[in-house]
Amino acid sequence: MDLFVQQLVGGLATGGIYASLALALVMIHRATELINFAQGEMAMFSTYIAWTLISAGMPYWAAFFITVTVSFAGGVVIERVVIRPVEKASILTIIVVFIGLLLIFNSLAGWIWTYTIKPFESPFPDRPFHLFADISVRMHDAGAILVTLAVLTLVYLFFRFTPLGLAMRGAALNPESSRLVGIRVGWMLALGWGLAAAIGAVAGMMVAPITFLDPNMMAFVLLYAFAGALLGGINSPGGAVVGGFMVGVLENLAGTYVPFIGNELKLTLALLLIIAVVIFRPSGLFGKPVVVRV
Amino acid sequence: MAPGTVAPRIGGLTLSAWRKIGLAALLGGAILLPFLVSDYRTFQFTLVLIWAIGILGLNLVTGFSGQISLGHGAFYAIGAYTAAILTDQWQVPYYLTPPVAGVVCLVVGFLFGYPAGRLAGHYLALATFALAVAVPQILKYDPLEPWTGGVQGIFVVRPDPPFGLPINTDQWLYFFSLAIAVILFVAAWNLLRGRSGRAIRAIRDQQIAAKAMGVDTTLYKSLIFGVSALYTGIAGSLSAIVIQFVAPDSFTFLDSIRFFIGMVVGGLGSIAGALYGGIFIVFIPNVAEEISKAAPGVIYGVILIGFMYLLPLGVAGFVRTGLARLMRRLIGPAAGRDKASELERKQVVGGPAS
Repeated sequence: MDLFVQQLVGGLATGGIYASLALALVMIHRATELINFAQGEMAMFSTYIAWTLISAGMPYWAAFFITVTVSFAGGVVIERVVIRPVEKASILTIIVVFIGLLLIFNSLAGWIWTYTIKPFESPFPDRPFHLFADISVRMHDAGAILVTLAVLTLVYLFFRFTPLGLAMRGAALNPESSRLVGIRVGWMLALGWGLAAAIGAVAGMMVAPITFLDPNMMAFVLLYAFAGALLGGINSPGGAVVGGFMVGVLENLAGTYVPFIGNELKLTLALLLIIAVVIFRPSGLFGKPVVVRV
Repeated sequence: MAPGTVAPRIGGLTLSAWRKIGLAALLGGAILLPFLVSDYRTFQFTLVLIWAIGILGLNLVTGFSGQISLGHGAFYAIGAYTAAILTDQWQVPYYLTPPVAGVVCLVVGFLFGYPAGRLAGHYLALATFALAVAVPQILKYDPLEPWTGGVQGIFVVRPDPPFGLPINTDQWLYFFSLAIAVILFVAAWNLLRGRSGRAIRAIRDQQIAAKAMGVDTTLYKSLIFGVSALYTGIAGSLSAIVIQFVAPDSFTFLDSIRFFIGMVVGGLGSIAGALYGGIFIVFIPNVAEEISKAAPGVIYGVILIGFMYLLPLGVAGFVRTGLARLMRRLIGPAAGRDKASELERKQVVGGPAS
């Protein structure tokens, strides 16, 4: 029982991280119908920025908010400078550009900070957190769940209750009409990229204390975020969040209780999940099937 | 060209005659090459051929058929391991392993492409991305160790040149790869020029219209994915024979990216482009790594984005435009216009694919 609850909470903690990254993916997908393959590497790069600030002696939460701000600005700049010129090109062209960004961020991080694995500080104390009775979980797991829930709530409130959020939703759903009512669709896209990068930065900083910091740390996180986003529905933000939590829990429980999976086949599990969703329910659990008008 | 017009001639020969002469010269040069350069260079050119085969495979599915695969490194690994396991466990002679590896990858690719092919382009990209990231882990998996050798990998015996030929092993492996490459390039050219080639391109350019014209798009898409995996699998088996060693760590996600870069640099939707791409992949990283270990990645990334802005059709597209200009100058504006514009038309690929 103790083990089960621990694995469950651990799964929810990593699941929250997958959920954040999945949400970042879905945000860009809704606006542009594209899956940003560089999302994970952008998050990794942000986490290195946070590490640099903390190593320079800055308090954790100051570094946290500076990193989120810098990542937001970085996301906007990338959209404006790199993505915008190929906006109207074919899907293949844009995916080539995404892969280019992935390579650049990955190698740049290796170049600046070397490939040596670094520990990353958790803002939460390193002691168990008593859940109930005699069952306790790691403080970082509980904290990570809280932080991701806070981020998700903020994003929800932003899109639901602010004029800017409404404008961004409008620009994503119906660019032509939005332009007619005076929304600057191009800038809404750039803001979407900024938000996605900022959410990714939070995910990176929450996952780094668990996985340690290295330029390749995001490959499996991104894979699980893909699986979560697909499972929940690639065009449904709420679905992606639920999907992210689900794959996190599934990953942990399968790793603990299914002997042949263990830690060795975690990536294969994500692959199988992705293939299963693509075969049986391509629109995901909560997404709407895509209907194309001919 | 309209019927009845005389084929333009340059120096008394038609364009197709010039093309044949060019190809014969290229093949002649390729045969002479290992006698002119060092063994190490010969080995490098063998790798160029292997990468070219793999890139051609990826180009079949991505460049010609418009389905994006980020996971061809997985088929490369499967092909290499098939060859290594066959020679290691069952003492199958090395020259029989490429066809077997090809068939294995054809089946795996078909089965993988079938479900993903029903969906829009980026779902396949996603699924293949996942495949590429997951395969190295599967190769390390303990229960498979009796076959795969686990983390240690498998050594492959170095073959000797047959029939007492007066050449060394490096040269023999070059010719072996060259023969397979020529067969596969000719096969691809044949596949792409007829009815099936039109269907494959139609799926890329306008899938709905292709379907309306009676092309079984799902079947064609999974078939071309299978054939593409076959090419890359054969490339993988050749790499196992030539490098004489396979291990999980030598088949990382970066291989998939390399195929992808080779295709983009060489030229999307171009058969000759695969060769340019192979040359790029083998020779450029050596230059870049002298700057820093991380430099190839940064250079690759910048080159990918730069090509999309400046040369979306890669080196092959650049060469084709150059030839078209040269043609206009040689034949004169009036007669040259037809042929030159025909050449230029050929490179209008992609467009707003679905």
